[in-house]
Amino acid sequence: MTIIATQALTKTYGGGVTALSDLTVEVDEGVIGLVGANGAGKSTFIKIMLGLIAPSSGGVRVFDLDPIAETDKVRARVGYMPENDCLPPDVSASEFVTHVGRLSGLPKVAARERASEALRHVGLYEERYRQIGGYSTGMKQRVKLAQALVHDPDLLLLDEPTNGLDPAGRDAMLTLVHRIGNEFGISVVVCSHLLGEVERICDSLIAIEGGRLLRADRISSMTAASDVLAVEVSEGTDELAARLRDLGFEVTPDGRLLLVPLDSDAAYDRILQAVAELDLPLHRLDQRRHRVAELFTVKETVDV
Amino acid sequence: MSEAGVIHDIGYQRYQGPRLGRAALLGALYTHGLRSAFGLGRSAKSKIFPWGVAGIVLLVAVINAGVRSQIGRWLFDYYEFANTMSLLVIFFVAIVAPELVSRDIRSGVLPLYFSRPLRAADYVMAKVAALVTAVWLLLGVPQFVMFLTGAFTTKTGMKGVWHELGLLIPGWGYSLLWALIFTSISLLVASLTGKRAFAAGGIVAVFLMTAPVVGVLSSLPSETAHHLAGLASPIALVNGVEIWLRNRTDLGLDIGDFGPIYGIEAFCLIAACLLLLLARYRKVASL
Repeated sequence: MTIIATQALTKTYGGGVTALSDLTVEVDEGVIGLVGANGAGKSTFIKIMLGLIAPSSGGVRVFDLDPIAETDKVRARVGYMPENDCLPPDVSASEFVTHVGRLSGLPKVAARERASEALRHVGLYEERYRQIGGYSTGMKQRVKLAQALVHDPDLLLLDEPTNGLDPAGRDAMLTLVHRIGNEFGISVVVCSHLLGEVERICDSLIAIEGGRLLRADRISSMTAASDVLAVEVSEGTDELAARLRDLGFEVTPDGRLLLVPLDSDAAYDRILQAVAELDLPLHRLDQRRHRVAELFTVKETVDV
Repeated sequence: MSEAGVIHDIGYQRYQGPRLGRAALLGALYTHGLRSAFGLGRSAKSKIFPWGVAGIVLLVAVINAGVRSQIGRWLFDYYEFANTMSLLVIFFVAIVAPELVSRDIRSGVLPLYFSRPLRAADYVMAKVAALVTAVWLLLGVPQFVMFLTGAFTTKTGMKGVWHELGLLIPGWGYSLLWALIFTSISLLVASLTGKRAFAAGGIVAVFLMTAPVVGVLSSLPSETAHHLAGLASPIALVNGVEIWLRNRTDLGLDIGDFGPIYGIEAFCLIAACLLLLLARYRKVASL
């Protein structure tokens, strides 16, 4: 099911700054990574989806609703976790999430129940009765996530959820996001400028740069048939490269390594055989999966 | 078979219950605002000031009522009571208005509010209503205590109670005017900064620094300047409205025939402050 669809979406700010230009994309449910450098237009995209700002031209539909005309309906189904610090220090997490839950339209008792439920799901138990001011950054991020979950949205918009976390905290947060997307049945848009971290948990990926769409696709189709074999020999690298080319492989030298795409299972054996026939001292043979980042580098050079 | 003492993770539950509309959100925010105005649901520290002020105001009303029951005459009536307490009310709003709005700016919580069905107008309405109610309660409850004394000590039976009520209701109306003026100005000032101390200072400054202006204008050698002097300060302005509506001459302010001007300015001042506040939050709400 398509949850977000944009048509030539363009947003130009007052000073002539173009934040988004001609963005056309359709997103299915699941965990979606929204990747781009700082200032690429990720936050603008999120604000438009929340109906906080109107697009300059083009259209956007969230759950087939117009965020500008049907703001309340869209916002009732969407939870937003901002990038910045947004928690009052002098109340407890439990009180705060309850309060925000009521502002999402939950009745008093339901808000309290859902708040402790949401806090439990993000991994805050007894701590939730302490004042937020005394929390670590990781706990604050969890509270921010809980407040976005409290009204049981169908879509979560997370703006840089791993910001300021240490590696362990990042992993925990990403695992949590993955669980929300897969076990809770809630679609998640994760904004990040770190491709490597979102690609691990996402089903699909939208990459934007300078407000333009770079690529939008499912991760599986991006990385399909993109396995390569890295071969390193102590000597005779050029010899081996020539031999492999003769055998019909596409060989890319990368420093002391030779990168050879693996298009079939037989290819592995044939490469190994070529090394053996040349009687070269084999140093390393390792099969790697293309990281999504490499796809973009290739694509960009093609573009230019 | 489940064993006792084992907590089972029942997994994530979808919410199937009702979702209330914007009126309910406004109500929730209003209640929250009114409670935090008196420090309810906050630390003991934040209760000291509002309840201290409320205690003093109530004490004055009780003393006033005691005097009335003894000598049969008010030290000050319902209007004078509100006038006399205005200084305390200034300090009350100087603490409470930043608590209501500056705090939200400071902690950056507004993006969370405005990404929900809540709108800028709802937010402003809820906060204004909460502070107006708080200030009105601050003055209105002691006035009611005075009314009770008056009603119980009256010598003319039911007629006396009705007479007293006829004095209380306009007195409450007058307190509402005070509440509106204080609220609109103090919230506007407080909404400009996230620092509570600055906001409090700014609010006190607006109310107290304008008083000398009235003094200066009154000493000008012009009859008209005397009459219009009260327009320069919110406190004198409210007094002016009372003088106009009740034809009083004993408040140390001479407004001549310019009464309606005072009424118009009071209305415009409240309206302008509220519109500016709304404009301010329209901008904030777009993040």
